[in-house]
Amino acid sequence: MSSFSVTEPSNRSKWIAGFLVISYALITMIPLVWILLTGFKSPADAISYPPKVVFDPTLEGYVNLFTTRTRQTQEFLNANPPQNWADEIVRQYDMVIVGPSKFGERFMNSVIIGFGSTFLSIFLGTLAAYAFSRFKVPLKDDLLFFILSTRMMPPVAVAIPIFLMFRNLGLSDTHLGMILLYTGVNISLAVWLLKGFIDEIPREYEEAALIDGYTRFQAFYKVVLPQAATGIASTAIFCLIFAWNEYAFAVLLTSATAQTAPPFIPTIIGVGGLDWPAVAAGATIFLIPVMIFTILMRKHLLRGITFGAVRK
Amino acid sequence: MSDRTIDRVAQATPVRAARKIRGLSDRAIAWIFISPTIFLLLAINIFPLIWTIKLSFTNFKANRIGREIKDVGFRNYERILTDSDTWLNMQATAHFLFWTIFFQVLIGFALAWLINKKFRGNDLWTTIIVLPMMLSPAVVGNFWKFLYQPQIGLFNYIIAWFTGKDPSSFEMLGSVQLAPWSIVIVDTWMWTPFVMLICLAGLRSIPDYIYEAAEVDRASKLRQFFTITIPMVLPFLMLAVLFRGIENFKMFDLVVQLTGGGPGSTTELTSINLKREAFEKWRTGYASAYAIILFVTVFGLASIYVKALNRVKQR
Repeated sequence: MSSFSVTEPSNRSKWIAGFLVISYALITMIPLVWILLTGFKSPADAISYPPKVVFDPTLEGYVNLFTTRTRQTQEFLNANPPQNWADEIVRQYDMVIVGPSKFGERFMNSVIIGFGSTFLSIFLGTLAAYAFSRFKVPLKDDLLFFILSTRMMPPVAVAIPIFLMFRNLGLSDTHLGMILLYTGVNISLAVWLLKGFIDEIPREYEEAALIDGYTRFQAFYKVVLPQAATGIASTAIFCLIFAWNEYAFAVLLTSATAQTAPPFIPTIIGVGGLDWPAVAAGATIFLIPVMIFTILMRKHLLRGITFGAVRK
Repeated sequence: MSDRTIDRVAQATPVRAARKIRGLSDRAIAWIFISPTIFLLLAINIFPLIWTIKLSFTNFKANRIGREIKDVGFRNYERILTDSDTWLNMQATAHFLFWTIFFQVLIGFALAWLINKKFRGNDLWTTIIVLPMMLSPAVVGNFWKFLYQPQIGLFNYIIAWFTGKDPSSFEMLGSVQLAPWSIVIVDTWMWTPFVMLICLAGLRSIPDYIYEAAEVDRASKLRQFFTITIPMVLPFLMLAVLFRGIENFKMFDLVVQLTGGGPGSTTELTSINLKREAFEKWRTGYASAYAIILFVTVFGLASIYVKALNRVKQR
C-alpha cells in the first residue's frame, strides 16, 4: 500500500491476528481430521492408547461400512479362497462377506429425500418469493412473518401430530412423506432468501419485457428466472444441506424404508460395541459433499444462515 | 407507484384487452404463486399445531388407538408446571443456552475482529473455520462421543497431555459435573463460526471514514473500539444471539447423540425430555401440552428480544 492509511492495521498486528486465527482454524479442524483418519484405521488402531496419529492405513472401515459379514469355520474358509481385496481384508477375522449393508440404501434415501425436498421447496419458494417481491399482497408482512415463525417450533414438538397425521394418511416411513415434511420446513428459508435475491433484480427489465408484449408469466420465466439463477442455486444448496443434515424428524418418523443416513451412521455396530472405523468411514462419505458445497457457497454463506437478514 | 411506465400503459389499456394481452391479472398471479406455499405451511405446521393444542387437553396415548380419549382440561399443564423435573430440564436448558451463547459471542467476536485485520489469506482461513457449522450435528455429535472416551479418546488425551492428569481419570460424558460442559464444548466448537460470520459482516459494514474522523479527533484505539466498533456491531451481534438462542432452545440432535440426556437427567434439555414423553412413554396428551408450553416460551422470549433488537437498531 503506497499511501498511508489510519485504518489499515499495522504489519505487526496483522501477523498476530493471522497467527491467532490460523491456530484456531487448525484446532477446530482436529475433530474433522480425526474422523478422516479413523476411517482408515483398523479397529485395534482406532481404540489404541495413546491415540495413534501414524498407523498402517487400511480400508477395513470402508469394507465394514458397505458389507455385512459372518464368521465362518476354518474348513469353510479354506474351501473358499477370497475373491477380491475386500474379501481378503475380512478374512483376517475369519469372516466372509455375505452381502451389502444397509448403508448404501440409507445414503440413497438421503439423496432422494434431499433432492426431492430441495426441488419442491425451490419450485414453490421461487413462485411465492416472486409474488411477495413484485405484487401488492394484502397482509404481506404478516404472511412473511408467519412463514418465518414456523421455524421456531422445536422439531420434536411438531413431530407428535405429524407422526399421527402420517399414520392416518399412510405416509409414515415413506419417501413422499419425508419430502413433504422437509419441504414444509425448508420453504420458509427458501421464500425469505429468494425474496431477497429477487428484490435485487431491477424491475425495469420485466417492465421492458411487458411492454414488448410478454405476459407476466413469460416475463417471470424468461427475464426474472435467468437473472435470479445464482440466488436460486445458492438457496437450493442451503435447502439441500438442511435436508441432508436433518436428524430429529428422521429418527422419530422413519425406521426402515425411508430412513436417511444421519440416524443410521451412529448405529453401525461392530464386534463389541460401535465399529468406530466404519462409523468414521460413513461420516466421511456423508460429510464431504457438504464441505464441498460450503466451500463453493462461501460468498453467500452469511445470507443463507441468517435467512437473508444479513447481506454482504 | 402509479407513475411507473408499466402502470400507465396498463391504465391506458381497456380491461378486456389487457387481460388478453397479459393473461391473468397480477392479483390472480400473486395468489396462484403464493397459495401453494401457504397451503403447505398450513398442512405441515399450523394444522399440526392446532392438533397439538387439542391433544394437550386429553389423556390420549398414540400407542393405544382403541382407548377412550378423555378430556382432562388443564390437568396436563398443571402437572407439567408443578413437576420439579420440568424445572430441572429448564435449568439444564438455561445452563446450556447461557454458556453456549456466552462462549460463542466471546470467541466469535474475537475471531471476527482478528480476521478483519485483513491479514494475507484471511478468506481461506475463514472458510476453513466455517466448516463445522455446516455439518450434520447428529453425525458429528456421535463422533465427539468417540473423542470423549475416557481412555482412548483424543479429547481426554489432549487435556491429559496439557494438565498432567490421567486420561482415564475423568469422564466428560459420564460425570454429573462434566456432562453439561461437554455439550457446551461441542456446541461452541460447532457454532462459534456462525457468530463470527455475522460479526464479521458487522465489522465490515463500518465505513472507514468514521475511524478516520476519530483519528483526527485523537481518540485512542481503545476508545475507538468501545465507542465505534462495539455499538456498530451490536445489532449484528444481537441478531446472531437471537438465531443461536432459538436454535439452542430447540436443541435435540447434537445432545441426544452425545449424552442422550444423561447421566441421570443432567443434560436432559427440554426437547429431549419431550421426546421421551412423546415417543418412549407415549404420553401423547401430556407431551403435547409440554410442546405448547415450549413453543409459547420460545415465541414469547423471541418477540421480547426482537423488540429490544429493534430499539438498538434505531439508536
